[in-house]
Amino acid sequence: MLTLTGITKTFNPGGADPVTALAGVSLAIEKGDFITLIGSNGAGKSTLLNCLAGVFFPDAGSIILDGIDITALPEYARAAFLGRVFQDPLQGTCASLSIEQNLALAALRGKPRGLSRGVDPRDRDRFRQALRSLSLGLEDRLDARVRLLSGGQRQALTMLMATLAEPRVLLLDEHTAALDPKTAAHILDLTDHLVREQRLTTLMVTHNMNQAIRLGNRLVMMHRGRIILDVAGPEKQNLTVEALLTRFASLRAGDGSGDGPNGGADDMTDKMLLV
Amino acid sequence: MTYYAFIGAVEQGFVYGLMVLGVYLTFRVLDFPDLTVDGSLPLGAAVSAVAVSAGVDPYLTLVLAFAAGFAAGAITGILNTKLGILHLLSSILTMIALYSVIIRIMGRPNLTLLGKPTVLDAVTGLGLPAHAAGPLLYGVLAVAAGAALTWYLATRFGQATLATGDNPRMITALGVNTHTTIIAGVGLANALTAVSGALVAQNQGAADVNMGVGTIVAGLASVIIGETLVGGGKGGVGRAIVAALAGSVAYRLAIAVALDLRIGQLSVTPSDLNLITALVVILALTAPKMRAKITGRRC
Repeated sequence: MLTLTGITKTFNPGGADPVTALAGVSLAIEKGDFITLIGSNGAGKSTLLNCLAGVFFPDAGSIILDGIDITALPEYARAAFLGRVFQDPLQGTCASLSIEQNLALAALRGKPRGLSRGVDPRDRDRFRQALRSLSLGLEDRLDARVRLLSGGQRQALTMLMATLAEPRVLLLDEHTAALDPKTAAHILDLTDHLVREQRLTTLMVTHNMNQAIRLGNRLVMMHRGRIILDVAGPEKQNLTVEALLTRFASLRAGDGSGDGPNGGADDMTDKMLLV
Repeated sequence: MTYYAFIGAVEQGFVYGLMVLGVYLTFRVLDFPDLTVDGSLPLGAAVSAVAVSAGVDPYLTLVLAFAAGFAAGAITGILNTKLGILHLLSSILTMIALYSVIIRIMGRPNLTLLGKPTVLDAVTGLGLPAHAAGPLLYGVLAVAAGAALTWYLATRFGQATLATGDNPRMITALGVNTHTTIIAGVGLANALTAVSGALVAQNQGAADVNMGVGTIVAGLASVIIGETLVGGGKGGVGRAIVAALAGSVAYRLAIAVALDLRIGQLSVTPSDLNLITALVVILALTAPKMRAKITGRRC
């Protein structure tokens, strides 16, 4: 359904310090897949997500969505198919607008925007109902400005906005990393609920191995711009953090990057980031 | 201050009010510091003056000024979005280019309109005295423009424009091409400014290529004074637009008061206005912080 083929991306090419963020990534995402994407810092997870979203274009490779080549489609045009939630809870909503204005903007994702009223009064019931599912009491505060909300409330609202107009693919970029543990747990539950309810095809980047194992039906691990592990079904269900770390270490040893003077220190940092 | 000086200041506040609405749209809504207005104000004046001289209905010339101003603003927007030039520089480039364009339009640096019909004729024709007709007509026009801008910003496209200034990353992810909202928004801001310039020309009886100097500073001062007086920054769009118009009137009144000042042998002259405006902007910018500091210490 969503097929990435041979995606490469090098930042600062030809410069003093070129960085190969993606070194040929191919991934076939089936309809209804909920993929958790893990990897240490600099593995290329966010770059891959941004290439998919059209924030920048890959140097080579193609992105095919339902038979349509979207590789060269600009970000705003691609948004018609994609729901996105960012790491920073302030990035997903518009602080100076009210809750209902934000929802109305999201309800029109990918649709033309003319000179009819920004917030259609007939949509208010639908918005209230959606907000009620968050159990944050926001359904009674449709007129409240989003800047008055906490980071967790804003991220919950962003989750709702990303799924309001039924995206074909939901892209979550470490969307709980900036929240406190309790709020993060709430957002994760909400994510799981929304994805199941709408059977959304989802790609979730995370730093947290527990999250990656607990959520979704498929787990993909990246390292140095490549996919080094892709497990699904029962094999994924039976994974443990320890097993994952062991496999990660052996896969890394295989690719030779665990060697060298700083090999041990790198391992430690990666473990701390991943657990 | 005499009654006539007061009425005159209120009238000017409304005439320039349309320009202030434009500055609010670029500075506050789009977060786009736009110096094009220094050129689009005399552009509107020039277009209107030439058209009135050619016998076109004064009201119709406002439409022509609107179109010319929109084109000027849209060019600034295109330079910024499509060609990737820094917003401030884009607007300066358009402003500089407009200087030549305006002289081409008028065929000379200034054009007098004495004895020519103006938008005021329709109101004085109703029997109202001239000193009351001016504030009334320009007040109605300014309020109508404010209402229209409020409506515009409440539409789907307008809401996307608000989001473009607030969070471009988010609104792009929701499928809006921010190039379009920026070009349309800066265009509309300069269309309003050009209409303001057309009214100034008809009101003063002349259009001059240099009449736009300092427009952006006056506009910014008005917006900030309005926000300080009415508190438009924190409320919704409607309140901010009321603040912009109130700020425009307050700014012109402040200028009138300043021109009346006499300290011993020293009296304020019109050439001192730039200094006074700069001081007013500094005062208005720092007043909220000073107030917070003082009240903070009391607690």
